[in-house]
Amino acid sequence: MRRSHARANAGVSQAVSLPPFQALVDAHAAELHRFLTASIGPDLAEDCLQETFISALRAYPRLRHGEHLRAWLYTIAHRKATDAVRRLSRRPSTVAMDGLPPGREPSQPAHELADDGLWLQVRALPTKQRAAVVHRFVMDRDYRSIGELMGTTEEAARQNVRAGLLRLRKEMDR
Amino acid sequence: MSDVERRLTRGQTPQLDAERLADELGRRALEAGLADVAYASMDSPVGELLVAVTDRGLVRVAFADEPDDAVLGELAVRVSPRVLRLPARTDTARRELDEYFAGDRHRFDLPLDWSLVRGFAQGVLRATSRVPFGAVTTYRQVAEAAGSPRASRAAGNALGSNPIPIVVPCHRVLHSGGGLGGYAGGLDRKRYLLALEGSLPTTR
Repeated sequence: MRRSHARANAGVSQAVSLPPFQALVDAHAAELHRFLTASIGPDLAEDCLQETFISALRAYPRLRHGEHLRAWLYTIAHRKATDAVRRLSRRPSTVAMDGLPPGREPSQPAHELADDGLWLQVRALPTKQRAAVVHRFVMDRDYRSIGELMGTTEEAARQNVRAGLLRLRKEMDR
Repeated sequence: MSDVERRLTRGQTPQLDAERLADELGRRALEAGLADVAYASMDSPVGELLVAVTDRGLVRVAFADEPDDAVLGELAVRVSPRVLRLPARTDTARRELDEYFAGDRHRFDLPLDWSLVRGFAQGVLRATSRVPFGAVTTYRQVAEAAGSPRASRAAGNALGSNPIPIVVPCHRVLHSGGGLGGYAGGLDRKRYLLALEGSLPTTR
């Protein structure tokens, strides 16, 4: 009942008041870029950022409210990063067929992210752990805001960071 | 803090090239047909102008007195939230305005998008858009042309909220007695535009 009433009002003009999309780009491009660079490396980050914004732009007018837009952008960026990592891990077989050494990482972040061994391991983490670790240490966020940005709880964020760190330490000790 | 944590914290990421991002994003958005409202700023003799266009045409010209946030926010709510800063898409509009201010253009050829104006106000502004360069009219005459000869006050309100000033020449509408009347962009701008067109009434 209430719902149909709200919809009738919404018909007059767009009742959902969303900020101009450019404002989202201006406010969040730099932090999303940083998040993506740490998550998947500088070579893929820029394209991933473009894809994140294009996906967001496509869906934008269909949003039902203008809250949590930043978390929404991170959700899309996270998904794009996961897709990119998946594509990358599928690539070696095709590369091998071209006669190039199989399994070679096409993107070496050596210059931008020193310590590249560690960053390659970050990229190899399960997706939620990767995102949580990047939020915690690269973006310097507390567990509550990580939970918010990842659409989960503070406790789940803490666990993902813990599990990710454990895994990284194990890999680095090898 | 463990060694791994310390190394993660030290990770430096390269700076984002914001301009390149914007160019590329704009190109992709255009290609995908997602740039519903494109805007840019331009300099003019009456101060900086914000110019916004849609697929249908020029939808908004704003003087610097109006904060960009408010102008873009209104476009987002009333036209589409897909509002992007895309100078390339506003090229035609900005060129025609430049030519007008240089005195090389007496009539705008750009199509107009009337999305921001409804009802009687749209009638008034459409009537106003037919007043040629160098001519002037009165509030009563545009009210009459819009179908309500006695609604000159309402016509004044419609002109005062003209979303496409300069191109829809509300500055050409004066008081019947010869007074300048009002102007949303301020009387100095109205005087400037009338003088540019050689139709500023001489005052005694």
